[in-house]
Amino acid sequence: MSVVEAAQSAQKKERPGGGRFWWYLLRRVGQGGIVILIVTLIVFALLHLAMPNGPAAGILGMQASQEQIEAFNRENGFDLPLWQQYFNFLGQLLQGDLGDSFKLNRPVADAIGQRLPKTLILALISMLIALAIAIPMGIFQAVRRGKAADYILTTWNFIVYSTPSFFLGLILVIVFAQWLRLVPAQAPQGETVGDVLANPAGLVLPVLTAAAGIIATFSRYMRSATIDNLSEDYVRTARAKGTSVSVVITRHVVRNSLTPVIAMLGYYLPVMFGGMIVVESLFNYPGMGLLFWTSAQTSDYPVLLGCILVIALATVIGSLLADIIQALLDPRTREELS
Amino acid sequence: MSTTTILTRTLTPRQRGMRRFLQNKLAVFGIVTIALFVLFCFVGPLIHPTDQIHTDLRSTMLPPGSPGHPLGTDDVGYDVLGRLMMGGQISILIGLAAGILATVIGTLWGAIAGYVGGVVDTVMMRVVDAGIAIPATFLLLILSAILRPSVPLMICVIGLVSWLVPARLVRAESISLKSREYVLALRAMGGTHSRAVLKHIVPNTVGTIVVNATFQVADAILLVAYISFLGMGLQKPATDWGAMLTSGITYTYAGAWWLIFPAGFCIVLTVCAFNSIGDGLRDFFDVKGRAA
Repeated sequence: MSVVEAAQSAQKKERPGGGRFWWYLLRRVGQGGIVILIVTLIVFALLHLAMPNGPAAGILGMQASQEQIEAFNRENGFDLPLWQQYFNFLGQLLQGDLGDSFKLNRPVADAIGQRLPKTLILALISMLIALAIAIPMGIFQAVRRGKAADYILTTWNFIVYSTPSFFLGLILVIVFAQWLRLVPAQAPQGETVGDVLANPAGLVLPVLTAAAGIIATFSRYMRSATIDNLSEDYVRTARAKGTSVSVVITRHVVRNSLTPVIAMLGYYLPVMFGGMIVVESLFNYPGMGLLFWTSAQTSDYPVLLGCILVIALATVIGSLLADIIQALLDPRTREELS
Repeated sequence: MSTTTILTRTLTPRQRGMRRFLQNKLAVFGIVTIALFVLFCFVGPLIHPTDQIHTDLRSTMLPPGSPGHPLGTDDVGYDVLGRLMMGGQISILIGLAAGILATVIGTLWGAIAGYVGGVVDTVMMRVVDAGIAIPATFLLLILSAILRPSVPLMICVIGLVSWLVPARLVRAESISLKSREYVLALRAMGGTHSRAVLKHIVPNTVGTIVVNATFQVADAILLVAYISFLGMGLQKPATDWGAMLTSGITYTYAGAWWLIFPAGFCIVLTVCAFNSIGDGLRDFFDVKGRAA
């Protein structure tokens, strides 16, 4: 059972009832705010677990004298009590200040701002391609439930789901880059999104690797959502009226099955980012995942912290949007609003 | 009415569930596969003893089929077959222990949150939301960068990032269970809250817990591999399947397939096997879980 499915089951129970939509929205925004606050606490705690004596030793190097370290701590407020440091940290965050990197010699917000768009474009392309495959695949499997084709696709998705993405990526490299020599094994390099997009051949393998896992996950959702809907009364009624199977599926079943799947996208964000770090390190793609990975190797904690905050914020906003979309697509709430 | 029909009708729910479980060929495949892997990893070294501590620089990169090395040797001369057994011990051990740890923490957290309700529940579940908003691989990487990787540490770290999902599931069940008559009766008779949670709520969520624990083990084995791939795994000479596969990546273009595929297939097969058992158990307990 994945994070996404747990979110889905939690979400089903919390679906708002009618006119309480705005109250529900307000409550969800408040919950999101509390979640972000807890994330900052977790991150702050991790930071202090990493550097019990503050970041001085990390920045000044091993040879720094005791006096230098103390002066640094005084200057940057690392000699204050922990709770005061936490509030200073929160105050900086509210101004969009994520601190300075130890190693990159630039503000963390700058470094992330330069890397994040490249990760987002890779994620977006992979997601769109994956959904374009996974949704028809899930519907097809549901319609052919129990037949050979369904069995083969289910098994395939099951295997892909159980394969570490770096192993899958490696197999793709061996087949498409080493044997067939169709595409390069290295992702496109460059400072901007434009630089990356200028070399589409280099994007093929990273996108395929990222998409494979998404296809395995989402075709399964789509399959079970469609199967659930196929057994509903409205399908029987439509069939009894004489509507053809294909019309029932395209007009009614797909629309109803898509709602939960679209809403799941918001909850899928952390899983997606988690996958990106592996894909980016495997193909040396210059995105935020690779930034995080190199920062972990060099113990550049402010960068690590900044990345986590950005992802958590994206996730909270994403799941909020997902819940709102879900509520709006639900005809019962839609009627109340209009 | 023949004897057989009477017998089938008098099967207990447990027996019927067992039959359903055994009819699920995938689940049986899972159990057999895990049993074979455990034999391979833990008994195998007795049959095929190898030195997995000292490097042997005179016999590096030997291809499969070399005398004494059925699966060849790696870049520092370790026998690959023997190393698969040793790496498998670590992968399976960490996977099982971390999966169980995550399930125990998650079950207690969810059962308490759901049972107590109110502000406590809200706060506890927002902590879970916050944990879920941070991708597990990111958190694992930070924790491994801070702390020196070792087997007990990896178990704790993976357990600590994986308990969130079972917590959500058990909380949902706990909420519906706490107003059942037997819990109310216990409270009316003066039973304590901890007794209500530990003796009534938790045992009644056993289906959800067991099914989820199996999936947790599968996910934990994948996470071990990911940590090793990201360079934060165990230090040599210790290894796991993920680390073996990762160190083989360097030799992809040298054509050393035996450094990549055996370890990769071991991971995929084991994870598939645990996922299949989970699917089978879900049918057995008849609980909602991973969409099949």
